[in-house]
Amino acid sequence: MEKDQNNILDEVTNSEYKYGFFTDIEMDTAPVGLNEDTVRYISAKKNEPEWLLEFRLSAYRNWLTLTEPSWAHIHHPPIKYQDIIYYAAPKRKKELKSLDEVDPELIETFKKLGISLEEQKKLSGVAVDAVIDSVSVKTTFTDTLSKYGVIFCSFSDAVQNHPDLVKQYMGSVVPSNDNYFAALNSAVFSDGSFCYIPKGVRCPVELSTYFRINAANTGQFERTLIVADEGAYVSYMEGCTAPMRDENQLHAAIVEIVAMKDAEVKYSTVQNWYPGNKKGEGGIYNFVTKRGICKGSHSKISWTQVETGSAITWKYPSVVLMGDNSVGEFYSVAVTNNFQQADTGSKMIHIGRNTKSTIISKGISAGQSNNSYRGLVKVIKRAENSRNFSQCDSLLLGDKCGAHTYPYIKAENHSSIVEHEATTSKISDDQLFYCKQRGISTESAIGLIVNGYAKEVLQHLPMEFAVEAQKLLAISLEGSVG
Amino acid sequence: MEAGIVQSIYDLKEYLTGVFAERQREITVHDTAFVAAKRARAFEWFSKAGFPHAALERWRGTDLSRVLSHEYQASPAPPSAELDIDSIFKCDVPHFETLLVTQLNGWYADRQNLIRVFPNGMIIGSLAAAFIKYPKLIEAHYGKYADDSSESLTALNTAMSQDGIFIYVPDNVTVEQNVQMVNITDFKQNLFLNTRNLVILGENSHLRLVQCDDSINHDITFINTVSEVKVGRNSTLDHYKLQNKDDHTTLINSMYFHQDEGSSVSTNGISLNGGLIRNLSHITMSGPHSSADVYGLYLMDRYQHIDNQVLINHAAPDCESRELFKGVLDDHASGVFNGHIKVHRDAQRTNAFQTNKNILLTDKASIDTKPFLEIYADDVKCSHGATIGQLDAEALFYIRSRGISEANAKILLMYAFVADVINKISIPELRQRMDDMVKKRLRGELSQCEQCVLNCSTHEHEKVEFKIDLSKI
Repeated sequence: MEKDQNNILDEVTNSEYKYGFFTDIEMDTAPVGLNEDTVRYISAKKNEPEWLLEFRLSAYRNWLTLTEPSWAHIHHPPIKYQDIIYYAAPKRKKELKSLDEVDPELIETFKKLGISLEEQKKLSGVAVDAVIDSVSVKTTFTDTLSKYGVIFCSFSDAVQNHPDLVKQYMGSVVPSNDNYFAALNSAVFSDGSFCYIPKGVRCPVELSTYFRINAANTGQFERTLIVADEGAYVSYMEGCTAPMRDENQLHAAIVEIVAMKDAEVKYSTVQNWYPGNKKGEGGIYNFVTKRGICKGSHSKISWTQVETGSAITWKYPSVVLMGDNSVGEFYSVAVTNNFQQADTGSKMIHIGRNTKSTIISKGISAGQSNNSYRGLVKVIKRAENSRNFSQCDSLLLGDKCGAHTYPYIKAENHSSIVEHEATTSKISDDQLFYCKQRGISTESAIGLIVNGYAKEVLQHLPMEFAVEAQKLLAISLEGSVG
Repeated sequence: MEAGIVQSIYDLKEYLTGVFAERQREITVHDTAFVAAKRARAFEWFSKAGFPHAALERWRGTDLSRVLSHEYQASPAPPSAELDIDSIFKCDVPHFETLLVTQLNGWYADRQNLIRVFPNGMIIGSLAAAFIKYPKLIEAHYGKYADDSSESLTALNTAMSQDGIFIYVPDNVTVEQNVQMVNITDFKQNLFLNTRNLVILGENSHLRLVQCDDSINHDITFINTVSEVKVGRNSTLDHYKLQNKDDHTTLINSMYFHQDEGSSVSTNGISLNGGLIRNLSHITMSGPHSSADVYGLYLMDRYQHIDNQVLINHAAPDCESRELFKGVLDDHASGVFNGHIKVHRDAQRTNAFQTNKNILLTDKASIDTKPFLEIYADDVKCSHGATIGQLDAEALFYIRSRGISEANAKILLMYAFVADVINKISIPELRQRMDDMVKKRLRGELSQCEQCVLNCSTHEHEKVEFKIDLSKI
């Protein structure tokens, strides 16, 4: 059995990245490096109003005063911020009216990704906004959505068409000086998605964004802003891939969610950026700031994430529970293999009364990777009767990987209950033996156990995503998941 | 605050640096070359790092700035040779036989007999005297386990401590008596004290050690104690730490345990009172098949602050560690728990369990807990749990519905909550005594000690009972 396991682990560590193709599309790029001119160049390219340029410039100036955070359990050579291209867009010759006008190469790209925009449009009833490199290429389903008053478009379109909404909410959840990477993003963000659900509307379809880094030496800095007005509901999905390259590429995104009174936002991510090769070369540095604010009472924000990609993941989707009786949830499966490093977790800040939060985090480490859960649960004095339950489990496959847990818990009143529990273990020989004596091969058994382990999180994904997430888990831990 | 004002206030670090320079001859009088070298290097560490501040990860939530702003006197002179320690301190806990080892203001108190050698070969005495008398033991162990580089207060202690208690238990010796270390402070001014202890257990030996901290007067005191404990192969150490200091006292108690193969350490810290207490238990299991049990209980109120830091280094395979910390925080009290389990790469088949449970009684009290796992081996079973809550309203209602007053019902529930830490005490007399103390503490009768932590409950020689009719329940 030992040998079987070793074979499987070998396979796990030898699995290949299946999205590693590169599409040759004509690109429109900014000069290499970062300075005020780069910021102005991006802003001008996007024909932005004056206030947005000011926002970018002040973020840039702020960024200069900040230093890169060093507290995370990750190691990487210093990032050369001056060697990055901060803006790369597929060249657009003219406005596109239908899918037929999109660069066929691009369509091919999406087909390889398994997101044929046409099919998505017709069959699955999912509205897709695809962001390649820095620019949002195509949003489907806009017509249907507009019937309900739902705004779902690229960030740049929103800036042009709905400047008031953008101005009101942008930076209200993640201020431009929030942290080093948020400041960088605020200065140079190129595009992203914007979504507004008006009062009382239950968004009829699931909204979806695909992010892809294509060009070499570029960083991707997208920004997502979701606003759910009173009583609204939306389920939002995000997927990401990148080609295989030897050098590391930087991805520093911001996601902001605002949930007003009685609103509910469900945000699901399947993150599969290129994780680097078996030797740990290349891969995406994924430094993302995701935060939602439950502004009104009885609002709810739920994060679900499946993290299988990226050389380094640095990401803490958080919920600020401002409104009374609001609810925050975080469900995560993070898989690291080879030399991947993940430092991820969640923050739940209880400010309103009777607020509730749940954190379920499942880490799986294989190869020589390091997988850390880092979380904060904070209950302030006025957040009476608040409740938190956190559970973070780690599964170790192989004796060279690491699994770490850093939960910070702070409570300041006597009517709240905070519970945290965590376990770290490997797949026990007993479990394997049990499966095997019932005629299940070691490989299937490991698959079964890992699937069961992650199920608690996967079941929170929307259906379309759950299938993909399971496939991804299978690829990331190829051989061990059936 | 403007820079000018900051400079005009008293700078403790500057003062200590001055003391270290000016009174060097006095401080280093007992040093061998080995100790002197450790001292010099440690002082460099301290000079570089300065006092710990809240921005350091290990000092999150514990702010020393207030207690460091007082003016202190450091490095007090040793007590006179005629000192009769019994005249200022007496410990007479009924049915609790101990071999009493006292320290006064950091100095080994029995100035007549600086080193005592017992018939079984055990040595107890002054650490400064041991520097000269047992250079081999000192060179093998002193300064080897304490972590000067990452804890600046430990470095300060290595640099400035002048004396402390030295205990050596030779191979194959089971010490029948309980050894009780009492650290007394009696000084007419504010005192900054660095005391240093070294406990060495050889192979197959057994020791029960009770460590009490105690003050006679009530001036502002900063006690920085560092103890290094080496537990040899297949040896067992039972360690108890009782803290019942007044609100003017800052107690930084850093324990560094080093365990060899097959050894076991059980350490139980009970903190009943104290202005600011920080307990560090740093355990390294360097040999396989060793085990460590770390327990803690804290009952804090008023503006008291308790910080329990535990670092368990599983450096060898097949080891086991268990941690249980429970606390009740009342009034404005604040607490910090930071439990760190580190399983090294080859420490396979490690079992490590950690639990921290807290009850907050008021909205002014706060707790900051961080149960933290760092694991580099795959064949492990590790778990941690932390809860913050309050007394169970339903249980409270149940008890009250049986005609027991709310106050009594709360006491009962709190007692039930903390009892499982008390029950871990394996010396029956001490367990009984601690049980009494905790009951008194919960009834609000026990404030800071007039005398010793154990002494203050000796007036009544009978068991403390809650006057609650339990038959009603």
